[in-house]
Amino acid sequence: MSAHAEPHAQPGHAGGHGGHPPIANASSRVDARTLGMFLFIASEIMLFGSFFTAYFFTRVVNGSPWPLEPFHLPVYVAGVNTAILVTSSFTMHWALQSIKRGNRAGLKAGLVLTFLMGLAFLLTQMLEYARVGFAPHDGAFGTIFYSLTGLHGAHVLVGLTLLGFATIRAFRGHFSPEHHHGVEIPGIYWHFVDVMWIVVYSTIYIL
Amino acid sequence: MLNPLRSEAEAFRFVLLAVGYFAAIILAATLGGLWAGIGVFAALTLAALVWLVRQREERPPPAAAVRQGAEDERRILVIANETVAGAALFEEIRGRAEEYREEVLVICPALNSPLRHWASDEDSARAAAGERLSRTLAHLREAGVEARGEVGDGDPLQAIEDGIRSFGPDEIVISTHPPGRSQWLEKRVVERARERFATPITHVVVDLEAES
Repeated sequence: MSAHAEPHAQPGHAGGHGGHPPIANASSRVDARTLGMFLFIASEIMLFGSFFTAYFFTRVVNGSPWPLEPFHLPVYVAGVNTAILVTSSFTMHWALQSIKRGNRAGLKAGLVLTFLMGLAFLLTQMLEYARVGFAPHDGAFGTIFYSLTGLHGAHVLVGLTLLGFATIRAFRGHFSPEHHHGVEIPGIYWHFVDVMWIVVYSTIYIL
Repeated sequence: MLNPLRSEAEAFRFVLLAVGYFAAIILAATLGGLWAGIGVFAALTLAALVWLVRQREERPPPAAAVRQGAEDERRILVIANETVAGAALFEEIRGRAEEYREEVLVICPALNSPLRHWASDEDSARAAAGERLSRTLAHLREAGVEARGEVGDGDPLQAIEDGIRSFGPDEIVISTHPPGRSQWLEKRVVERARERFATPITHVVVDLEAES
């Protein structure tokens, strides 16, 4: 018969830490790596939020025309790009569901398809920049258009890098139904990138 | 703290919801003009907020605690804060320990002021809870009760959920002050715990004023 408190239960007690840091409080039992990705995404939402604030200030508060005459936004090309990115979320989800069921072929196919669609999105956006007919220095309109779409493009590039690592690891035999954090975390990030594009496309191109 | 998105699957569902949300707004704005779009935006945003609030209130009970420990062992999770050193709670735990071979986990939620909570200043709350916990465990040890303790989340319901996941109890004991002096009773902690968790819950009232 014995009674004892966990070391981290006595922060005020001498010797409770015993020369090492106390065990972190893990309330809600969310995996630390997953929680870290969500906290990172929360900071990213704030970053995008600052850019959207500039957009709404220019368009709503200042009442500037959008797009600025005589320019036109390539709504349909961007619409196809949106469809590509939304579809890539489906393939990403498929990849993760596959490895959870032990289907390695599904994992590899899902990751490769997601990577290719992300790459297609990025290349299409670069082509769009080359043909759109205005530059970042063409007033607040041009600055905000390139800032927001460029910021998102940078995130797609980061997402592609993460997906690239996950794909290489998948082909090297990593991941199993029990251990697939290396797919789950890039997946969460990829879905975030997708949602942000839906917001960017809806506000910048459509509304 | 509750995290609304805990996995890739939930993030994927969020993508689908975002697609539907913006598609509806764009469709309304295209067909009915700017004000129709604003109306759909307001309606959908309101509906999403109502759904979120209800989701918080009516969260489904977690799966029954996965039992841990030996077959002939009874595991009791005790949730108490200021009343953790109360005689009534002590007698309740000791009484149960006489009936079975027991494993007891005492969790003291680190209650904090809202201001300190939002400033992430939890050190003093955790230290105070840890000191109360140590006294109680020492008291139980003197009585020969096998018990260990943890300082838990400041939200007692979250502390119970954490305890269920990590400890897998057969029974939960919640200790509070008497009605009228207990903030937990004011916030219906015991009723909400019974609604939310499948594990049997015993409520013990500790009157520290009467005991002293």
